[in-house]
Amino acid sequence: MSLTGWVLIGAAGGLAAVFRYLLDAEIARLANSPFPIGILAVNLTGALLVGLAAGSTLSGQTLTIVAGGLIGSFTTFSTWILDTHKLALLDQMRLAWLNIAVSTVAGLAAVVLGHAIAV
Amino acid sequence: MLERHPIQKLTAIFTGGAVGALIRVGLSESFPHSVAAWPWPTFVVNITGAFLIGYLFAAFRDRPPGQIHHPFLAIGICGTLTTFSTMQLELFNMLEMGETALAGLYLTASLLIGYFALRLGIAVETLRRGTSN
Repeated sequence: MSLTGWVLIGAAGGLAAVFRYLLDAEIARLANSPFPIGILAVNLTGALLVGLAAGSTLSGQTLTIVAGGLIGSFTTFSTWILDTHKLALLDQMRLAWLNIAVSTVAGLAAVVLGHAIAV
Repeated sequence: MLERHPIQKLTAIFTGGAVGALIRVGLSESFPHSVAAWPWPTFVVNITGAFLIGYLFAAFRDRPPGQIHHPFLAIGICGTLTTFSTMQLELFNMLEMGETALAGLYLTASLLIGYFALRLGIAVETLRRGTSN
């Protein structure tokens, strides 16, 4: 990876984190629900995008910057697990299991879809 | 939208995000692996990030909101160090290669150990608090 590549990965990571935060905050404010629909939307969107990127003609450094730096930074594992734990703390066990199941199954389906429609 | 999200907070998230992305991609570039092998770089950052966000969740639970440390550390670094999309792409690649058992094990281990790491982070912070008072 060239120095320019690393600078782009840092910038992409920063922008993706800000975008994740703003999107999550706006969706949560509109939905007004204990279910973490904001992070679910972020993660499913990212899964679709990473399928598109992997199925596209992108390769090498460009693919690493787009898939790892940008899309990988947009989605999150830690916040997803913490949000699930917060549902459990609220005694919302069904919603907690739903958050795991929907993310996992729809996430994989989104990758498959992205990969299939990629050009 | 920006009046609800002060620029200092967004700057903190951006900086943390840059750090998290560089660590994660740096690890995956340093330890390349075939699609049929255990994805150690992603697994390690996801488990580490789950531990850290648990610790931070416990540490910040009684602090006033609006502090800059939480967006920098939790949303910026932990949120970006860990990844959902790369994990899902790795699962997709394993399934395409016919490595169904590996995919099942990787998903189960990420979820179980990730949740255990989060609870451990909470427990360590709670213990630290108990001994320092």
